[in-house]
Amino acid sequence: MSLCSLTVHELVTLLQRREVSPLEIATSCLQRIEAVDARVRAFLTVTAEQALEHARAIEGGRGLAGIPAAVKDNLCTRGVRTTCASRILENFVPPYDATVVARLVQAQVVSLGKLNMDEFAMGSSTENSAFFPTRNPWDLERVPGGSSGGSAAAVAADEVIFALGSDTGGSIRQPAAFCGVVGMKPTYGRVSRFGLVAFASSLDQVGCLTKDVTDCAMVLQVISGFDPMDSTSARMEVPDYTAALTGEVKGMKIGVPREYFGEGVDGAVKEVLQRALQQFEALGAVVEETSLPHTEYALPAYYILAPAEASSNLARFDGVRYGLRDETADNLLDMYGSTRARGFGPEVKRRIMLGTYALSSGYYDAYYLKAMRVRRLVKEDFDRAFARYDVLVTPTAPTVAFRLNEKVDDVLAMYMSDIATIPVNLAGIPAVSIPCGFVQGLPVGMQVMGRPFGEADLLRAAYAFEQHTGIRALKPGLEVA
Amino acid sequence: MERGGYEAVIGLEVHVELKTASKIFCACPNQFGGEPNTHICPVCTGMPGVLPVVNQRVVEYAIRTGLALNCQIAPFSKFDRKNYFYPDLPKAYQISQYDLPICRGGYLDIEVEGERRRIGITRVHMEEDAGKLVHLGTIATTPYSLVDLNRSGVPLLEIVSEPDLRTPAEARAYVERLRAVLLFLGVSDCKMQEGSLRCDANVSVRPRGSQALGTKTEIKNMNSFKALERALAYEIERQLDLLEDGGCVVQETRTWDEGKQVTLSMRSKEEAHDYRYFPDPDLVPIVIDDEWVERVRATMPELPDAARQRLQSCYGLSAYDAGVLTATKDSLDFFDACVALGGEAKAVANWMMGDFSRLLNQRGEEIAESKVTPAALVRMLEMVREGTISGKLAKAVFEEMYASGRGPDEIVREQGLVQISDEEALAPLIAAIVADNPKVAEDYRNGKDKALGFFVGQVMKATRGQANPQVVNAILQRMLRGTQ
Repeated sequence: MSLCSLTVHELVTLLQRREVSPLEIATSCLQRIEAVDARVRAFLTVTAEQALEHARAIEGGRGLAGIPAAVKDNLCTRGVRTTCASRILENFVPPYDATVVARLVQAQVVSLGKLNMDEFAMGSSTENSAFFPTRNPWDLERVPGGSSGGSAAAVAADEVIFALGSDTGGSIRQPAAFCGVVGMKPTYGRVSRFGLVAFASSLDQVGCLTKDVTDCAMVLQVISGFDPMDSTSARMEVPDYTAALTGEVKGMKIGVPREYFGEGVDGAVKEVLQRALQQFEALGAVVEETSLPHTEYALPAYYILAPAEASSNLARFDGVRYGLRDETADNLLDMYGSTRARGFGPEVKRRIMLGTYALSSGYYDAYYLKAMRVRRLVKEDFDRAFARYDVLVTPTAPTVAFRLNEKVDDVLAMYMSDIATIPVNLAGIPAVSIPCGFVQGLPVGMQVMGRPFGEADLLRAAYAFEQHTGIRALKPGLEVA
Repeated sequence: MERGGYEAVIGLEVHVELKTASKIFCACPNQFGGEPNTHICPVCTGMPGVLPVVNQRVVEYAIRTGLALNCQIAPFSKFDRKNYFYPDLPKAYQISQYDLPICRGGYLDIEVEGERRRIGITRVHMEEDAGKLVHLGTIATTPYSLVDLNRSGVPLLEIVSEPDLRTPAEARAYVERLRAVLLFLGVSDCKMQEGSLRCDANVSVRPRGSQALGTKTEIKNMNSFKALERALAYEIERQLDLLEDGGCVVQETRTWDEGKQVTLSMRSKEEAHDYRYFPDPDLVPIVIDDEWVERVRATMPELPDAARQRLQSCYGLSAYDAGVLTATKDSLDFFDACVALGGEAKAVANWMMGDFSRLLNQRGEEIAESKVTPAALVRMLEMVREGTISGKLAKAVFEEMYASGRGPDEIVREQGLVQISDEEALAPLIAAIVADNPKVAEDYRNGKDKALGFFVGQVMKATRGQANPQVVNAILQRMLRGTQ
């Protein structure tokens, strides 16, 4: 077994024993990228030379030092192109690191490059990348999910040991589910958003995609914590997340909201979830059905609020200071118009228009304000549920990974694939997706949601489940030809 | 139509740049001027992924201003985004405050022609300034424009008055008073020519006695007190002309053309922007508890009204003198410094309002820029009191102090200007002059008092003004009477 197929914690052990060097691990990952990425297409930029140079200079063994990783291309990396998978930022090189990137640098993580995504994180399949779609390592004819599809696919295909992504309505969890990896969306405010190119600021959160729950705890530990550069980041102590990995869930109260098992959820997916819940019961957890009555209003409210914020956040891409500019325009207005017409893809334009409309004079109360009220109701549903339950368990996505082009022309069907993940962002709570089984050889994700800043509860439940299933041992069949 | 039967209704929106050390949402220096794009960072240039963090000093200055304007300080307020595209606005939205401003419901007392009026303050809110565009020639003909973002993110307060002002003179008095208060608070340097104080006006006219408001226009681009008064006077006349001709006022934004001295239409109500305000999700609400407000209140400096009363009651100055000396913070500080150094209050006031003020006006300088120090002025007054120099000589000495910044002792010594009070030195000189003019001496003895003035003048001329006039007078009277 090659080094690239190991987990963070396995590699840390080997590094500590001096059985491997950071250079060997980085080389192994780069060879894997060389071998499979032409088919998977997870990377937008591979920084091979810098990675090798960096790996040579690192000792490794302490924390994440010497572990190769890559980040979604909406996280700013100083001196390395950051495109958001958009033509408008195709050649944009930030002069600063996102805070999470700086924390990885500080931890001596070896950066392998930047990962593909739906343009500006808008999408659920990575087909909205302006450059090319990423493929699902379990079935190259299927999507890896999105928008952090590059991150999920790279981890699943062993091209990186872990990856960072961002999650606005499910963009870490849904691709993690589709690709059979662990994807954590932390509590809003747990991880700094500084340097994350904003899609919807009140919903965006940076998180990690890893091969198992232990790695998730280790990476979360490094990226969490207050950042003076982000006013919305929480001034709260970060607990020792690995301490939550006890394998013990006896007496844990698990709520199962019935609205997440309704119409539109694939029957086979439901069955896999039911078996997982039985597993929890067998481990001594108390599993009960419950209700989150406003669930059905979450998706429409999200598609008002997220585009509203996006319409404002993406206004800065105007061709004046950086990024694409249509030099042929005769005047300022035409320059704005043609730059943005050429620079943005159809889904981004659709959301900018939706959001601009929702915020317009005369419509604000009916759309934006109403959606804000719905958002509060959704949050109150969760508050009530967490008064009774430690965690809530649902499917991460209603189906397994769908085929490429299957939903490209059916926007609503595409939006529906985030139906189980969106309420979490509206409420600002943490949730993790972990592999819990297979349907027709494709991974199924289980979503565990928790109280605000209750990441440790999620990790405890997820780790106990992981320890008692053999799912982690399975790998996608990407045999090198 | 009887014009006398109409009145104008004016409300003002005043923007002031706060003189904090750094910008409102980043650590860049907040400085006027500088090479283009040298006081910038990823935050104030709107780079992707960056986030604003509010400068607490800006909030404190806003509270301070709100308290001085008798406002309520909101325990909960928030920042909103005002969305519009323009190349000087890097994020394509301005972070401002929309429906929950930090201060509301205050007032400012003004005085026009001896009449005191209370002008309501609707609100005070915080926002960021935009950058500047540099054109080659005019905006209409320039082949391209350059963007300077040094000003982007400079903190601003917008202070909105109620439509309580009735004349251009009141509007001017309001802005002058507001400026004085802000200068006393030390929150802004309020320089209209540098744009650190900017003023827009909403103007309408209505029949006197009517409660309803007429259709208003908004006037922009008034860059001096004079421009404010003239633009308002012009606009009021324009609106009255329209009504007189049976027309009506169109709601629109107009700009003051300083060259042509007219207001011109900029955009109609229909062309007005839809700013799509919504709460800025990158910033958390501003929560201000009573403790914070009291902490700011405890450090409030003295305000112009209080200072004026103090000058009247402590030093017996007239209301007018006290008003002039407290018109600016620098002037009051200068006065207070002089008194603290032992200067006699009335003498200091007379000099500040007389020669000092005349020289400042001639040179178009501010008191703070002047080379004259309080210590120098006080020393000069002391020399007058001691009789070292005469009041007349003092004027010459002061001009030299103003021009060179040197101390009065040095000037007097160097130019040999010390007053001659020594009777033994003056007597022979005076005797000679009297002897040379027997006819005039005769006149004096015959009761022509004017003749004494002639002799004094001759003595002063002979001593180049250095003779002590009182001593000269005494000697002359004695001599002229003595020879009788």
